[in-house]
Amino acid sequence: MQLDWAHFTPWQSLGGGLLIGLAAALLILLNGRIAGISGILGGLMMRTPADDRAWRWLFLAGLLLAVPLWRLLAALPQPTITASTPLLIISGVLVGIGTRYAAGCTSGHGVCGIARASPRSLLATASFMLAGFVVVYLLRHSGVGAAA
Amino acid sequence: MMKRNLAALLVGLLFGLGLLLSGMTDPAKIQNFLDLSGLWDPSLLLVMGGAIAVAAPAFAIAKRRTRSLLDAPMQLPANQQIDRPLILGSLAFGAGWGLAGFCPGPALVSAAAGHVPAWIFVAAMVAGMGLHAWRKRGR
Repeated sequence: MQLDWAHFTPWQSLGGGLLIGLAAALLILLNGRIAGISGILGGLMMRTPADDRAWRWLFLAGLLLAVPLWRLLAALPQPTITASTPLLIISGVLVGIGTRYAAGCTSGHGVCGIARASPRSLLATASFMLAGFVVVYLLRHSGVGAAA
Repeated sequence: MMKRNLAALLVGLLFGLGLLLSGMTDPAKIQNFLDLSGLWDPSLLLVMGGAIAVAAPAFAIAKRRTRSLLDAPMQLPANQQIDRPLILGSLAFGAGWGLAGFCPGPALVSAAAGHVPAWIFVAAMVAGMGLHAWRKRGR
């Protein structure tokens, strides 16, 4: 293994992590809710009571509004998206179904769950990382990736 | 209620800014983290580490309370069961995460930034979540 010094962004990533952690801390302390994106979004598709829906929409609105706010201050980071359309569709469906059956994603399990030392979340995080490692290996370092 | 809704909006905003600053809205950065046998970018570990370090004390406080500071019930997950949906769901999620480099939060932010591939991903992700909701409702 070799470190990718050209792309490693220790300070920005740590700073962003601190903001994400602060957001998770505020949501549990102020509202008593877990800042898990898949749960907040997916909950809107379930039979949730009316008074449990507004905060979800508002949280998501805030998340999206971060983009225009950022734009006022600085240029947006430019992403590199290499996946083809069929791959985007397959991966989107996997992420949608997977996070809902697992009851959490990188934020709900990976940040909030580990922060409260939940064994379920530790196992979930280990599982999605393992699958991610395997898939990226296949994608980039085997013949499977060339076909996709 | 009004205060809690305002809090949710501001917390969402803070979360989104954190994602943008962290670099996690770039799928290549996620895939470079997941690529252990190539050039490895450990940035994601610092994002998680920083976030957990700040969130952990808050959850320790939350565990000792039954109501939140804005007087809502403290809704910490009660499920402690290690079961198949948890493991299989996480493996499916991780596979999808590796394939395109998107997880739910960054995908939504990237879609808001106007990137068409992120729209496609988000549409598929919402469909996947809808499928789960439909299966759960059917029972």
